[in-house]
Amino acid sequence: MNWIYDPWPWYVSGPLITVVLFLLLMIGKRFGMSSNLRTMCTLCGAGKTSDFFRFDWKAQRWNLMVVLGVIIGGFIASNFLSKDTSVVLDTTLLSDLQSKGFQSTGNTYMPDMLFSNDVFSDPKGLVLLVLGGLLVGFGARYAGGCTSGHAISGLSDLQWPSLVATIGFFIGGLVMIHLIFPLIF
Amino acid sequence: MRSIIYLGIGIFFGIILFKSEAASWFRIYEMFHFASFHMYGIIGSAVGLGIIVIQLIKRHRIKSFYGEPVLITPKDKSFSRYIFGGIIFGLGWALAGACPGPMFVLLGAGYLPIIVVLSASILGTFLYGVVKDKLPH
Repeated sequence: MNWIYDPWPWYVSGPLITVVLFLLLMIGKRFGMSSNLRTMCTLCGAGKTSDFFRFDWKAQRWNLMVVLGVIIGGFIASNFLSKDTSVVLDTTLLSDLQSKGFQSTGNTYMPDMLFSNDVFSDPKGLVLLVLGGLLVGFGARYAGGCTSGHAISGLSDLQWPSLVATIGFFIGGLVMIHLIFPLIF
Repeated sequence: MRSIIYLGIGIFFGIILFKSEAASWFRIYEMFHFASFHMYGIIGSAVGLGIIVIQLIKRHRIKSFYGEPVLITPKDKSFSRYIFGGIIFGLGWALAGACPGPMFVLLGAGYLPIIVVLSASILGTFLYGVVKDKLPH
C-alpha cells in the first residue's frame, strides 16, 4: 500500500478522473468546476449588476457540495496520503526554473516564489496571482467551461466547441510560458 | 443523502488532482514545455476512456442510477467564444499554474496564496458577466 503515498502515475490518475466523470453522469450531473465561480458571484449578490448572475443558484447547490469535497480531498491528500510532496522535474527544466528565481523547484509542490506566505508582502507576486486568477475566471466563463468541462467532459463527448476551447487553452498557455514569462521572470 | 454523494465524489476528485500532481504549478509549467508525458497521459487517458464510456452510455441508452435517461446537452455551436475565451483562460492557467478544480484542492492543502487567485477568478467571472454582451460569441 506504500504506492498510495507516492505521486500517482498518469495511468492511474487519468482513468480515475474518468470514474469521476462517469459517476457524475450516472447521477444525472455534468462535470464542470468553473461554473461554481459563477454561482459564487450570484451568492455575493452579483445579480444586482448583471442578468448573467440572475439564475436559480439552488439548482447548482450539488456542485458546491462537490467543490467542498474537492477542498477536503486536497486536505486529506496533502496531510494523510503524502510523505513527501516535492515534485520531481526533469533536470533541464529544473535548472531553467532555478535560473528564473524559482529556487524551491524540485523541493516543493508549489513554487515558493508565488505560493509561500511571503508572497503576501511581495507586490509583484501578488499582482501575478491576481492577474492569473482574473484571466482564468474571465476566460472560463467566456469559453463556457474550463479544463473539466471542456478538456475532459466535452472532449469525451466529442464536442467540437470543446476541441476549439482546448486548443485555445493551449495557445494561451504556450504564449504565457514562452513569450510572456521571459519578460516577467 | 445525495449531498453526501456529491461531497464524496468531490473528495475523490480532490485526492486524485493532488496525488497526480495535476494541481502542481510545476506540472503545468512542464506541460507547456512538452517536457514530460505526465499531464498528457492524465488528460489523454481520461478523455480516451471517457469517449468509450459516453459512447456506451449513448448506444445502449444506459439509464442513470436513479432510472432517468442520461442527457448530455451539446454546447452551443460557435467559434469566437471558444477560441477567445480559451486563449484568455490558457494565459491565466499557465501564469497561476492552476485551473478552477486545482484551486480548490490547493486551498484544502493549505496554500493560502491560492485564496488571492481564487478571489481574483471569482472577480474575473463577475467582470465577464458585466461585459459579456459587448463581446463576440
